[in-house]
Amino acid sequence: MIDSLAREALLEPGGITDDGLASVLGATFGRGTDGGDCYFQFTSQEGWSLEDGLVKSASFNIERGVGIRVISGDQTGFAYSDEISLPAMLEAGRTARSIASAGQTGSVAVRPGAARETALYLPDDPLGSLDEARKIELLKHMDAVARGADPRVTQVVCSLAGVREVVLVLTAEGELVTDVRPLVRMNVQVLAEQGGRRESGSSGGGGRSGYAFFTEGDRAGAYAREAVRQALLNLEAVDAPAGTMKVVLGPGWPGVLLHEAIGHGLEGDFNRKGTSAFAGRIGERVAAPGISIVDDGTLPGRRGSLNVDDEGTITQQTMLIEDGYLRGYMQDRLNGRLSGTRSTGNGRRESYAHLPMPRMTNTYMLPGTTDPGEILASVDRGLYAVNFGGGQVDITSGKFVFSASEAYLIEDGRVTRPVKGATLIGNGPDVLTRVSMVGNDLELDTGVGTCGKEGQGVPVGVGQPTLRIDGMTVGGTQAA
Amino acid sequence: MDQAAPEVQQLSHTPESMQERVAMILEHARACGASAVQAAVSQNVGLAVTVRRGEVETLEYERDQQMGLVAYFGQSKGSASTTDFSPAALRQTAEAACRIARHTEPDPHAGLPDPEEQARDWPDLQLDHPWDCPADRAIDLARQVEAAGFAVDPRIENSEGASVGTRRRMTFLGDSQGFMGGYRSTRHSISCALVARGAGGMQRDYAYGTSRDPSWLPAADAVGCEAAERVLRRLDARKLGTQQCPVLFVPEMARSLIGSFTRAISGGAQYRKSSFLLDAAGQEVFPGWMHIAEDPLLPGALGSAPFDGEGVRTRPRDLIAAGVLQDYILDSYSARRLGLRTTGNAGGARNVSVQPHPGGKGLQALLSDMGTGLLVTEMMGQGVNLVTGDYSRGAAGFWVENGEIAYPVEEITIAGNLRDIYRRIAAVGNDVDLRGNIRTGSILVEAMTVAGD
Repeated sequence: MIDSLAREALLEPGGITDDGLASVLGATFGRGTDGGDCYFQFTSQEGWSLEDGLVKSASFNIERGVGIRVISGDQTGFAYSDEISLPAMLEAGRTARSIASAGQTGSVAVRPGAARETALYLPDDPLGSLDEARKIELLKHMDAVARGADPRVTQVVCSLAGVREVVLVLTAEGELVTDVRPLVRMNVQVLAEQGGRRESGSSGGGGRSGYAFFTEGDRAGAYAREAVRQALLNLEAVDAPAGTMKVVLGPGWPGVLLHEAIGHGLEGDFNRKGTSAFAGRIGERVAAPGISIVDDGTLPGRRGSLNVDDEGTITQQTMLIEDGYLRGYMQDRLNGRLSGTRSTGNGRRESYAHLPMPRMTNTYMLPGTTDPGEILASVDRGLYAVNFGGGQVDITSGKFVFSASEAYLIEDGRVTRPVKGATLIGNGPDVLTRVSMVGNDLELDTGVGTCGKEGQGVPVGVGQPTLRIDGMTVGGTQAA
Repeated sequence: MDQAAPEVQQLSHTPESMQERVAMILEHARACGASAVQAAVSQNVGLAVTVRRGEVETLEYERDQQMGLVAYFGQSKGSASTTDFSPAALRQTAEAACRIARHTEPDPHAGLPDPEEQARDWPDLQLDHPWDCPADRAIDLARQVEAAGFAVDPRIENSEGASVGTRRRMTFLGDSQGFMGGYRSTRHSISCALVARGAGGMQRDYAYGTSRDPSWLPAADAVGCEAAERVLRRLDARKLGTQQCPVLFVPEMARSLIGSFTRAISGGAQYRKSSFLLDAAGQEVFPGWMHIAEDPLLPGALGSAPFDGEGVRTRPRDLIAAGVLQDYILDSYSARRLGLRTTGNAGGARNVSVQPHPGGKGLQALLSDMGTGLLVTEMMGQGVNLVTGDYSRGAAGFWVENGEIAYPVEEITIAGNLRDIYRRIAAVGNDVDLRGNIRTGSILVEAMTVAGD
């Protein structure tokens, strides 16, 4: 079914048959090349937004195209076309092939590639999963919940977005793999005012499904209440401390720590090139005993999940760190081959107009055995950070940051005053050696993460249990 | 190289065919019942090569096109866009925008700009300078950049590659009240990122040049050598103790401080009351000696444009005069929300420049002025809260003693509140960085909190 949907969206409008595809493969990937692929994509997306209580604007966007990548050794030639037709593909193929030494053309037959037995998400079109009036109703409900939650709420901005991506990967070897990927997301940002002070709070979530996701258990309303809770809390927040101290991270979204501190450093391209602080360290201890971290593209319905990656490889769960030891990197096909290993199903790209790279899917730490209350009680003085904005890493020096948006002081084992947002900075290769307690409360995030690398954004997930880290630099303004 | 490589800078559409497409979209939307329409069509062509350790790593040919429209049904609005330029797709996209506009709720402030504000004619801003740089030449140039970097010092043991890129763009905008305008522009770049190893581990740093005219790009050797020098000086960095001290931002970092200012005075942040500079026009935001101006009409500059994203004429003006905020950065919608007139800033501020003061001081002189403090050469993360002005970011740079660089530092944060940081600016250098939309020299701030050990 997915196969026929993909062919209908991508090949049939241009009258492209399997014989036609075979002729492009033959002309593009002959001798003198070491593989590559044609990546066909049709994306339809919409966004609705509410401001001042009214749904005043919405947009709809369609993108269709094919990217052709020719690999020769460790060199990549790439060209793409907004038009999916045989002449356009032959032209793009000829251009991409200019990387390779002139070689003969070959002959390749098109055949089905590997497919996942049980799909992680349905190929439904989220855009059509609710009619326009219901989409507007959903946004208005979110707005009403936020405004009704507290009289100090003065501004509410809500958004609803849906994407349907139809993908067809044709490898140089003739394997044809397809996927149809839904993705939805809702966000809410509120402003609260009290005594001349204004503070904001935000929340949201989503996944690979239709918009019913937001009405199940009234998730939309829950996001609104959460955003209000954060804004009100910020009205009470005092200046954050500055200096190195014990930090307890809450479960779920704070897993952005793992994404920045070690995730990027374990991507195969940086390690093959030797530019990552983790290069050549497989088998070494990089985390405290008891710490295990995986990247897992196979979680049903999750924002970071994929049936197959953007190179047509079936996704998997990859053990990155096992009981404190570095076990493996995340690979795409090119870097897997050049490193003498295989793709781990982490080859991802923003669109047909971008080259694939090793990227994370859902990255999280497995739970430990300690009760989170016990972890907090064990800290005499420190910071308890439960919500974060984004982060960033320098994979070569290993230094990473992530910015807390909700944090509290811990005094004598008790969570006391909320503090203003502050950036936390650490060193990736050693921060996990300072983890002294791991909670039994693993949570994944609500489905809002987008990871940027070399200008390409892809949806990802993160997660972790409550963690105690003995010494991180907290970038507040108050001398500790 | 295969001779089949295409002509890099050739746009496949002519200005006439772009105008025709704009007109077709306007026509389709009117036929669907839209009372007003705005449509934009653009095309990019480009080439980007990356060479790593002397070998070609990637060779990418770019060829993008996009068209989009905003349709109004009275005060209701819908938008749609597509990359498909076929007549059928243009019609479907216009229909999609109209379908949405029938569902959205009326907004009294929505609509096209006042036609009186729109540009009728405009000067040639000299934005289009195609570079005859086929792939093999770009590869040679990138190789030269990287080789110059490696030659500086044996501690430079690895590379993330040297890149050469060139891109040409044509864009046309039209609306149902008679505006039609377009222009071509180019942007070229050379960059290099190198990795060096010292006793304290590896460091990475980069250098780049970017300009509209290829003849303004820095020499290949200069880019490679600068990347090498920048990475070498970072080796064996230390942490600092937590303290209050003066902070000097190099121009690339000073740019982001000023970027927070332009975002805070943008119309959206003002009417949503999401700005630490809310209703600040007429207030002294910076020290009395500071001047910040916007000049969208600077010939050949990276931020220049003859009209904004709504066809409104752009014009030079002061944003800050004698420290006082003169005006906001508005498009026609946010202007109507605030009861003001558009400032021709649909699409943002253009060529914002900070006047150096006190006259004629470069980085070295500012280091002397600072005496002892932190020189910030890199910042990480997104720790800027525009609603409150709270500022907390990861940083790396150098500890400075008696006006001299003492040693490199890393894994520290700098924090404060932007309102306070702006008021405590002590000097702006004349080492102005022209590689972006914000042009400023180094900025010295009297004191911030530095967190480390």
